[in-house]
Amino acid sequence: MSAPNSSYDPVEVTPLNAEEVERVRDEALAAIVAADTLDALKQVRIDHAGDRSPLALANREIGALPPQARKDAGQRVGQARGAINQALAAKTAEVEAAEEERALVTEAVDVTLPWDIEPVGARHPITTLSEHIADIFVAMGWEIAEGPEVEAEWLNFDALNLGPDHPARTMQDTFWVTPERAAMVLRTHTSPVQARTMLTREPPIYIACPGRVFRTDELDATHSPVFHQVEGLAIDEGLSMGHLKGTLDHFAQAIYGDGMTTRFRPSYFPFTEPSAEMDLLCYVCHNEPDAVADCRTCKGEGWVEWGGCGVVNPRVLVACGVDPERYSGFAFGIGIDRTITSRYDIADLRDLFDGDIRFTQPFGVEL
Amino acid sequence: MRVPVEWLRELVKLPEDVTTEELAARLTQFDLKLEEIISSGISGPLVVGRVLSLVKEPQKNGKTINWCRVDVGPEHNDADGARGIVCGAHNFVEGDLVVVSLPGTVLPALGFEITARKTYGHVSDGMICSSAELGLPGDASGIIVLDADSATPGDDAIALLGLGDEILDLEVNPDRGYALSMRGVGRDTALAYELEFADPANIEVTGTGEGYPIRVEDAEACPVFAARAVTGFDPTRPTPPWMAKRIEQAGMRSISLAVDVTNYVMLEIGHPIHGFDLSSLRGPIVVRRATEGEKLTTLDGVVRTLSADDTVVTDDRGPISLAGVMGGAETELSDTTTDILIEAAHWKAPMIARTARLHKLPSEASKRYERGVDPELPARATQRVADLLAELGGGTIEAGLTVVGSPAPRPAVEMSVHLPTRVSGVDIDPATVVEALEGNGCEVALDHESLAATPPSWRFDLNDPNDLVEEVLRVVGYDQVPSVVPVAPAGRGLTTAQKLRRRVGNVLAGDGLIEVKTFPFAGAADFDRLGLPADDLRRRQVLLENPLSAEEPGMTTTLLTGLLRSLVLNLGRGHADVHITETGRVFLPKSDDAEAPIYGVDRRPTDDEIAVFEAALPDQPHHVGLVMSGERVRTGWAGPGRRATWADAVAIVQHVADELHVDVEVQQAHVMPWHPGRCAAIVVAGVVIGHAGELHPRVLKAYGLPARVVAAEIDLDALIAASPEIGPRPDFSSFPVAKEDLALIVDDEVPAASVQRVLAGASALIESVRLFDVYSGDQVPDGKKSLAFALRLRAPDRTLTDDDIKGAREAAVAAAGSLGAALRV
Repeated sequence: MSAPNSSYDPVEVTPLNAEEVERVRDEALAAIVAADTLDALKQVRIDHAGDRSPLALANREIGALPPQARKDAGQRVGQARGAINQALAAKTAEVEAAEEERALVTEAVDVTLPWDIEPVGARHPITTLSEHIADIFVAMGWEIAEGPEVEAEWLNFDALNLGPDHPARTMQDTFWVTPERAAMVLRTHTSPVQARTMLTREPPIYIACPGRVFRTDELDATHSPVFHQVEGLAIDEGLSMGHLKGTLDHFAQAIYGDGMTTRFRPSYFPFTEPSAEMDLLCYVCHNEPDAVADCRTCKGEGWVEWGGCGVVNPRVLVACGVDPERYSGFAFGIGIDRTITSRYDIADLRDLFDGDIRFTQPFGVEL
Repeated sequence: MRVPVEWLRELVKLPEDVTTEELAARLTQFDLKLEEIISSGISGPLVVGRVLSLVKEPQKNGKTINWCRVDVGPEHNDADGARGIVCGAHNFVEGDLVVVSLPGTVLPALGFEITARKTYGHVSDGMICSSAELGLPGDASGIIVLDADSATPGDDAIALLGLGDEILDLEVNPDRGYALSMRGVGRDTALAYELEFADPANIEVTGTGEGYPIRVEDAEACPVFAARAVTGFDPTRPTPPWMAKRIEQAGMRSISLAVDVTNYVMLEIGHPIHGFDLSSLRGPIVVRRATEGEKLTTLDGVVRTLSADDTVVTDDRGPISLAGVMGGAETELSDTTTDILIEAAHWKAPMIARTARLHKLPSEASKRYERGVDPELPARATQRVADLLAELGGGTIEAGLTVVGSPAPRPAVEMSVHLPTRVSGVDIDPATVVEALEGNGCEVALDHESLAATPPSWRFDLNDPNDLVEEVLRVVGYDQVPSVVPVAPAGRGLTTAQKLRRRVGNVLAGDGLIEVKTFPFAGAADFDRLGLPADDLRRRQVLLENPLSAEEPGMTTTLLTGLLRSLVLNLGRGHADVHITETGRVFLPKSDDAEAPIYGVDRRPTDDEIAVFEAALPDQPHHVGLVMSGERVRTGWAGPGRRATWADAVAIVQHVADELHVDVEVQQAHVMPWHPGRCAAIVVAGVVIGHAGELHPRVLKAYGLPARVVAAEIDLDALIAASPEIGPRPDFSSFPVAKEDLALIVDDEVPAASVQRVLAGASALIESVRLFDVYSGDQVPDGKKSLAFALRLRAPDRTLTDDDIKGAREAAVAAAGSLGAALRV
């Protein structure tokens, strides 16, 4: 930088002359307006706002002016540079926005293309309905009990008041394990789990047992040698059939919604006395007068058969080590497979067991 | 039990306005559940006609038709005193009485309404009916020809043939054997409607002294045996139509008067009767156990080999009847029998059940004996049969009546009068309790709060207080039971195993697998297809005495049998990419001679006794299996897909184990049905719990499956047992990471997992080890492979120095060296 010059004439320092500053500034602003890409703007920045731009160079000359002239010149150059920088920033934002817009347009895709390349899993409705039912009972404070599928004959029959010559025992079409003297069967119902629970736990007992059971039915559209039940058992002081009805009504509402109810018809099971068949209010027509006649689900009955139940036969309590003088209880059982076929209007039971992936897939992972 | 409503109304004077539907609904509430109401559905005019003339007219189509003039009664005849009807049947002649459906008749068996129509050049003004057209049993080849003079032209044939009758088909539960008779259903109907009931078994027995000689050696099986003879019976007499109709409506066949009378009395009062041809008997009748191997030809013509469990009725020649189940052919009533010995014996239910089951001979008689027959009835039943044979068949009732034995008295059942209230939850006052029990036939003695009810002789189901409660409750009404939700004590929710099985199910679904449920039956053919060696433990099955299919004689030992059947089905139905899974038990016998004991039921078995069951039962662990075929990632617009490989099977198993926080070790294995070079053993704490990989090509060929199907099966119970109660604590450092890559040359045989394991344990500073490349080929010697690992190094308490990093790297290389690995240069 030059030393202060007492004979200095500001007019002679051309770059700092007002007109020249104005001209350079206007030239820069025009260049900014003309630039319409980020690359062009970059060049404009170098040419007009960079270290070697005219105004940057002019700025360096300010020190050469006499002190009284420096303020004016500095202000003039500073304003011009400010105007250029502002215009540059504005134009840059504008061009960036435009470029992004263009890029986004070119990047557009057909979002209707199907994303079907990854396999989608699903769980079998027998599993998920069993779990759903388990959750309902767990919410009531009950627990879920399980037992083996190849079961001791004594637990499947004798302990449940089905003696060797009991007619109901022959009715049950049992798979017997070889040799016969092994006294083992494929359990014909989930009731041996009740016996097992009573044998190993003190009352109060409140359990539900979902599980797979077996009968020697040939497989057809409405029969299967393998099927699934859920059974409930409550043993406590002072339990009556009223508590059984209350439990079943609650269960029906939890599965089928408010307003559902059950009704009892007398029946016979060796392990309960008194015994009842339970009907469920038709969950389609709700036995409403204007709908029931045409209802396909209940065939105009207003009720659908749901399962069997009753007060636990005191003989079962004795065989399982529960004091019948002190405790009483109730038990019930429903078919899980039939609940699914009737609720989803599945005509052929075989669909549940042949493993076609199209059967399970629509059920997803929860019912 | 089929109950003709007309017969029931004869026994119980039901109000006229009670419809059959209402009656059925009421009986259903009384534990006699309606199966269906059977009725013909026929509506008239269906009338009796007499064939006045019959002209045979051959037709061009080769048939010959009969052009008939039929007198159908003055009400229906045309001006010429008859109607013209065309009929194609030929089993009738002029003068016969026939059944004519006139225009307007609806016959459900035909499905349309009869109209006058032009056919074969005549107007046929009605139809002459066959049995089949009226929905009746009998010969369907011709039209019905009624007995001469049994009716008059114009009579209503609907009434005559019982076609307007309704029949209740009731389901009788095994505890209500008494309801397999009109007597039993009648009593319950009277009770339900609070009507008087005249017991049809109130029969005065006239016999005196000794009749036919009888000795009962097996009194345990036969507590009461009664016999009565009727002589001079006319075997040509027909069964009266009313009786034949009731027998047919009850679902049995009308055979001959003598046989029909025995069946009728069984239907009426519930006691099975056997009739012997008296002239064919040789010497006294003896009731005894059969000797093993003795033979008897039963009246269905089958020669039966008897066992020592069977009780038989014998005479001098040997067995003449299989007691309570079926009579013998040699002594049966024939169409020439004139002298009849009527047997009414009380056989014990268990013996009959055994014999009927052993000989696969369920009969109307055995069905009743199995459920219990009133032991007070034998003498009365013989009287009723004798009376009917005398009245309808002109026989003479012999005075002598033999009755051996008498029924044991029934003990009274004691009960608190409040028990019905306690058990049912319905408030029932003591008077109602007593009344209901008396209505069921009990004799009730009331003593303050407790009562003693002596059950009637026909009720075998009333032995315990709760049995009485059921009888009271069905009178009070099951619909009276209130609805009260019981309050259970606070529960503990699902068990750990239950929760983890759910979690595994969700992980598998999340991994794209679809759950199936298959049948757990399998056999040698399955194990052959799986290529299991002869001594493989998985060939040892729990076998069944009565499997549904000889191909699958027992329980499966591996889920792959069901999964591969399902896979075959899916591929057969055109699915290409199939990824399926199943969770279920497999069955592994402990020993061939395991026996589960049968204990008594009068007390709880001891803990030691319970332990014997558990020791005898086969192991039944839950397994989880999966099979995958086709593409795991599908080829499509986004690019090429990827087939499921052995690695997917291993990865899914690994994923399941990770979710359960179980450390599993993957080891190379050679186990069928997997590919010997592509099979991983899944090892937990040194124990193999399953396998995963690609299936052996021979297995795929045996199943007809495409190449490269992969599968896995693990013992889920073992995996769950290894799952810690809580998972690992999150433990990470926020100091900077250092990344080091290592390329190691090792022998081909060295498993990558082993190298990875030693690297991970080489230094405390090694945070993670990831294999990112496997290479063999140029620059790698034959028989070797290059494994490239990315190591992340980090200290919990400081930034690593260059020396730290160098030290860790050297430790890693040294550790790999223990497996023969060398740094690739």
